[in-house]
This record gives sequence, structure tokens and C-alpha cells, in this order.
Amino acid sequence: MDHHHHSHSTNPRELQMARSMCWHCQSEVAGEYFCERCVKVQPVSKETDYFTCLGFPRRLTIDSDKLEEKFYELSRAFHPDFYQNKSETERSISLGNAATLNTAYRTLRDPIRRAEYLLDLEAGAVKEIRTSPPADLFEEILELQETLEEYRSSDPSSQTGKQLRDKLLQEQQTLEQRQGAMETQLHNLFTDWDTLQDRGEATSQARTERDRLLKQMREILSNRTYVNNIVNDLVATIG
Amino acid sequence: MSRIVGIDLGTTNSLVAYMKDGKPTVIPGRTGRTMVPSVVAMTDNGLIVGDPAKEHLTRNPERTVYSVKRFMGKGLADVQNELAYFPYSLTEQGGVIRMKLGEKTYSPPQISAMILKELKQRAEASLGESITKAVITVPAYFNDSQRQATKDAGMIAGLDVLRIINEPTAASLAYGLQEKTQGTIAVYDLGGGTFDISILKLKNGIFEVLATNGDTHLGGDDLDRRIADRFIDEIRQAHQIDLGAYPDHMQTMRLEAERAKIALSDDRETTLAIELPQGKGRFTRHLTRDQLESLTVDIIERTLAPCRQALKDAGLTPAGIDEVVLVGGSTRMPLVRQLVQELFGKQPHCELNPDEVVALGAAVQADILSGGTTDMLLLDVTPLSLGIETMGGVMSSLIRRNTTIPASAKEMFTTYVDGQTGVDIHILQGERELVKDNRSLARFRLKVAPLPAGVPRIEVTFLIDANGILNVKASDMRTGQSQSIEVRPSYGLSDQEVERMIEDSFKFAADDVNARKLIEARLDAGALITTTDKSLGEGAHLIAQAEVEAIRRALSLLVTARDGNDPKTIRARMTDLEQAAKPLSVAMLNDSLKRSLQGKKVSEVR
Repeated sequence: MDHHHHSHSTNPRELQMARSMCWHCQSEVAGEYFCERCVKVQPVSKETDYFTCLGFPRRLTIDSDKLEEKFYELSRAFHPDFYQNKSETERSISLGNAATLNTAYRTLRDPIRRAEYLLDLEAGAVKEIRTSPPADLFEEILELQETLEEYRSSDPSSQTGKQLRDKLLQEQQTLEQRQGAMETQLHNLFTDWDTLQDRGEATSQARTERDRLLKQMREILSNRTYVNNIVNDLVATIG
Repeated sequence: MSRIVGIDLGTTNSLVAYMKDGKPTVIPGRTGRTMVPSVVAMTDNGLIVGDPAKEHLTRNPERTVYSVKRFMGKGLADVQNELAYFPYSLTEQGGVIRMKLGEKTYSPPQISAMILKELKQRAEASLGESITKAVITVPAYFNDSQRQATKDAGMIAGLDVLRIINEPTAASLAYGLQEKTQGTIAVYDLGGGTFDISILKLKNGIFEVLATNGDTHLGGDDLDRRIADRFIDEIRQAHQIDLGAYPDHMQTMRLEAERAKIALSDDRETTLAIELPQGKGRFTRHLTRDQLESLTVDIIERTLAPCRQALKDAGLTPAGIDEVVLVGGSTRMPLVRQLVQELFGKQPHCELNPDEVVALGAAVQADILSGGTTDMLLLDVTPLSLGIETMGGVMSSLIRRNTTIPASAKEMFTTYVDGQTGVDIHILQGERELVKDNRSLARFRLKVAPLPAGVPRIEVTFLIDANGILNVKASDMRTGQSQSIEVRPSYGLSDQEVERMIEDSFKFAADDVNARKLIEARLDAGALITTTDKSLGEGAHLIAQAEVEAIRRALSLLVTARDGNDPKTIRARMTDLEQAAKPLSVAMLNDSLKRSLQGKKVSEVR
């Protein structure tokens, strides 16, 4: 293996509403999954974002029952099982569409993945912000890593081992509280984002607010990853 | 559209089913048995499959294959510690196990193809039509190589395998169809050689698999082996005999262990008995259900960790499971039922025959594919994470386990040095960090135009289709041209090899048919020769001498033909002889008629 890196789609907004032709009868299709004239299945465009794919607006609060319902409905429309007797082209479109649909559903079903995906989509102004953990959190994590190492190399039944364990348990509790706080913060930010989107204002004030929300979400999501990783480490070590 | 059948290609038994008037139905053989033992024997008179082959396990152990499913998609190193249990010699070629049976060497897909052909013929005989399309089931935890090997087996058998589906999910289709269940169900499938657990959500006809886990090397075979090993030890101690040196006795012991295990599902106790080699008499041993359970409990407990992992991956606790369904013959064991009940805290379902339910589900899936059933849809997952090797021998995951299939991932590749013309890619499957701890699936080389390092951009799409089988596509982002990739499987037959095996199978099939025709023709000729000889002895005086000579000539020509190898010639000489013997049979008929009339009054005849 020489080298590889993850690919990211190009800005999806530009191409969102691109009109194209039905591959079969050449009549115009504008994002519909089935040609209105010949009823043949159309490939989901590479540029279609996951919200659009599942027919939801770009919001961070999504009714999971409605999402599932839509996923099942589209699965019935795209799944290769129902294209067995169709042409080679249609079978291939069905396979690609079903795979895209599955990725879209998997991404939107989970609130955190959904938010991360939306941040990628909306990146724009906040794209260049490089998020590393804030100094205080970084300090804390480093210290905790050291204590973990110490505990791992100690005899768990010794006095030192027990003390270290107690300390780690306490740290775990603190971190779990922190996790809870972050979840609440995120949830509030999600609500704020959706409210702002619903208002649909195009003022400079709204734009500033939008960028602020995106930046905050990105920060918390990234901190959350650090905290989750160390908590998982803790749980794995002290059980 | 021609009919699609559903096939359960099992470790111990295989079945074929189809949709009959909206109801999945297993097709029985001539004897009425629905199961075909997955046993293939190479005899002097050709190849036999199923029940008759089973008799050869002890008569002809070196040339009789059982449990071939354990070898599908495997290399020799994978089965190293169980070689002692198999009486035929195993080798490896191109990462694929080969079995030497008599003069010829076979790959596991070829042996499986023989079982599939038997099922195909059974279906054709029963339905009175040619069968060329099938859905075949595999354990949910089968990796890509094992699935591909199953597909290859289908092709070699002359079947277009329209879909590979997972056994527990197939079972859920059969149950779902019957009971119109809604909610979350766990399917616990312990078969002859494999274990699967699948957790599904059933809602409005959608069967969505949430998580699956298992062990493709854990099943009834292991229980039989444990019992057999125990008694082989006892025999060694009591009689100073190593049964391992006697393949036929080893097979008898294995079958006797299996029989005892099955008996103890209904009875509290049973007796094992086998004849010892070297005329050392008979070994008999009393075995109770309690003894069997303490002997095998650790094996059965190995199914619990995958169950817990599947629950965890589905984000559920046992309380979140509405129904538990049991599949596979091994779930008849009371201990299995007890452990499952303890884990999930509810009485498991077993209304449908655990031996048949997978084949029934395969028939339902076949009906979905042919457009018959339209209200049900199965959304299955890939059981293992798929990834590629990155620097430092680490696996980078592209598609996580339990991702709904079809699933795809795109990855961009470029070059590392100026003028580099290729990028090697190694595809893996598994859950571990390091490449060496995961399963190598395949390797391929991306062709790149010689350009400065980092300039080429090749996008590779990894797509796991609805069969759980990987497809790879590459396209050059600069030119927009797609590139064909020749993937070299790590543990699989190459396309050319499968191609050749398909041809071989037609040739064998023709040979087989020819052999059968020859045997039948010889038998019929023999019967005709005997009766004609007898008639000549009794009635030669009734016909002209020239006619007797004609019969004698035809008779000797038939005897010569019978010793030859051409059934057509034999049939032709038989026709000649029948023609020549016609005056004789007519004369004899008249004569016997005349004699029966003699001594009778005319009034009696009328």
C-alpha cells in the first residue's frame, strides 16, 4: 500500500438542483427517482446530499420514526431484490442507489454523525478552523493518561494500586459528568440551529449567528471525541 | 421467468424448496425424505451423493467426503488442527484446499456442486421442468471468500445463483411469513458446523437485520467429536487400540456419537456400541443426558459471547428482544434450549422444523426475486468489517461490520514516487487492528500513468452487494476513465479455474450418464441372452434350422456387444436378436396354446 487519503465530495450546494436527462427516454428529470414519462429508475446523483436523498430538510432534529419510514419506503423503491427481472442498467442503478440510501440512512439516523455530516456540508466559513482540544482539556487528558500508565504497571492489589484505582474512578465520574454536559450543550445548539434555519433570514446578523453555531458545534463534537476515547480507555482498564 | 428454487446447502444435510401456491414447500426425494445428507462418495461405479453415499462413510472412508462446508473458502492452514479427523488426504493449491479421492483431486466448491446437482435433479424430477436458477443460503458469519466459494459451487453445478442469503435471516423470512410477526427477534442458529446469531427488526414486511455475529467453526460436528474423542480415549486405555489408525472405525465412532447425541435429546440415556478392530470384540458404553451435557457444555457456552456481542452491536439488552427463534438441528438439544432461554429470559420458538426452516426461507427469498412476493423485503448486513492494508501493517476500515448491504465506500489513491505505474491494494476482512490478525480477501494492482508523485488520482469504489460479496471498481479522476481490475482472491478459485471446473462437470456429467446407460444396457442384454438361450433349448425344434441359425448368430453378436463399452451398440444388437427370435417366440406361443387346448373339449374352450 503506497498512500491513500479519504475523499470528500465537492461542494454539494452548487449542483443540488442540477437538471438532467432520463438515461432511457431522454426526457427531463429534476431529481425525481423515477422518470415521469417512462417510469425507469434514475441514478441518485453523486451530488445529492443525504438530507435531500431521504427528503428531509437540513435540520439537526429529525423524527427517527419518520426517518425510518422514509428509509423503508425508499428501500422498497431501490432494493436490488425488486430489479431481478429488469435490464442490466436498471439493476446497476438499483444497486448504486440502494448503497447510497443505506449510507444516507446510517449517517442521519445517529444524531452525532448527522451533526458531523451537516458540519461538513455547511463548512464554508468554519472550514479552516483547526480544532485541537482546548489547553485545559488537553492538560487533563495527558495527566490522566499518565495515571493510567502508572496503574497499568502497578500491582492492583497493592496500596498504590488501590489508590490509583480510586483516583481513576473519581476521574471517570468527573468525565462522565462532562460528557453529560456536552450532550446537553449539543442538544441546545442543535435546537438553536434548527430555529435559525426555520426563520430563514438572510441578514448579516443571521449569517454571524450561523457561523457561531457551526463553530461551537464543531468544537464540542471534537472535544467530545477526546473525552469519549479517554473514558473508553478508562472503562477498558479499570472495568 | 423460469422458476427459482431455494437451497439450504448445509454442513450435514442439504435441502431444496420452492414456493407452491404461496406456501414454501420442501421437495422430498423418491424415498420421501426431505434431507439429502451432504456426503459425496467416489465409488468404483462412479459418484454418489446423499443417503447412499452415507453408507460409504464406513465402507470407503478415504473416498467419501462429509462436512465439506467446513473447507469452503479456506486454505490448508485454516484447518490444520482438525486434519486428523478427516480420512482423505488434503492438500492446497492457490490458497484453496484440495481433496484427493482415488485418482482425482477436487476443490470444496466441486464437491459442494455435486450436492447441489443432486438437489437440482431432485427438484427437476419433482417439478417436471428444468431448474437453472437458485437462491443458496450461507451462515451469516461467512466471510467474502466463503460466500464466493458457495457461488462458485452453484456455477459448477450449472445453477445461476441469483442470491446468497444468510441462514438466520432466511429462517426469519419463513417465520415472518407464517406468523406475521412484528417487533425485534433474535435468531439463534446452531447447525452441523456453524453458529450464527442475528437480531432483526420486523416491521410492515421489512426484515431489517440490526446485528449479526457467530462462529463459522462451531456446530454439531464439534459435539460429536467431543463424544467420540472421549470414547476413543477409553478404548485406548482399556484395549490398547488407537482407533485413529482405522479410518472406518473412526467413522463408525463418529456416526455412533452423533446417533447417541440425537437420541439423548429425547431420552435420558442411551448405549453406544462399536465393533473394535483386530477382532478385539465389542465396545459398549452407557451414556446419560447429564453426562453428555457436562461433556459438551463448554462448547455450547461458546455461542453465548457472540450473542452478547450482537445484542451490544444492535444497541439492545435481552429485555429488548421480543421473540427468540431456534434454527438448526443442534438446537434440539435440551441444554442448548436451556442456555438460550437463560440468556434471553424467554421461551424460544421452535414451531417450524429447525432442519427445514432455512430452506423454506430460501424459497420465500426466491419468490421475492421472481416477483411473486412483493410485500416482504430483507435488509441484511455485512457480518465483518472490510478494510485495506495501510502502512505499518495496520488495517484501515472502510465498511464497518453490521452495515446494511448493499454498502459502498470510496477511497482515493495516488502515487508516492515520481513515475510510479502501479499501486498495490490488499483487501482484508475482520475486526482486529493488525493486518496479520484479519482475513486476507484479495489483492490487486491499480494501473497508473507515469506522472509526478501525488498527481494521479484514482478513485476506488468498494461495493458489498446484496449477496455480501465484494465488488471493486476503479476510475481515473483525471481522465474520467474507468479501469478494469483483476482481483486475485487469497483463498478462492480464479475465474479461469471455475470456468474449467464447469466444463469438467459437464464432461463428468456426460461420463456419468454414459456409464449409467452402459450398465443398464448390459443388464438388459444379459437378461435377453438368458431368456433367448432358454427358449432355444425348449423350442428350437419348432422352427426351421435357418431360423435357429439366425438366432444363434444374433445371440453371439449381442454377447460381443455386451462386452464392449457402447450402450447404443448393445441396444441395436438387442433389437436384432429380438427380431431374429420372433419366429421362435411365435412358434412357442402357438405350441403352448396348442398343448393347453389338448385334452380339453371344444365346449370347454369356447
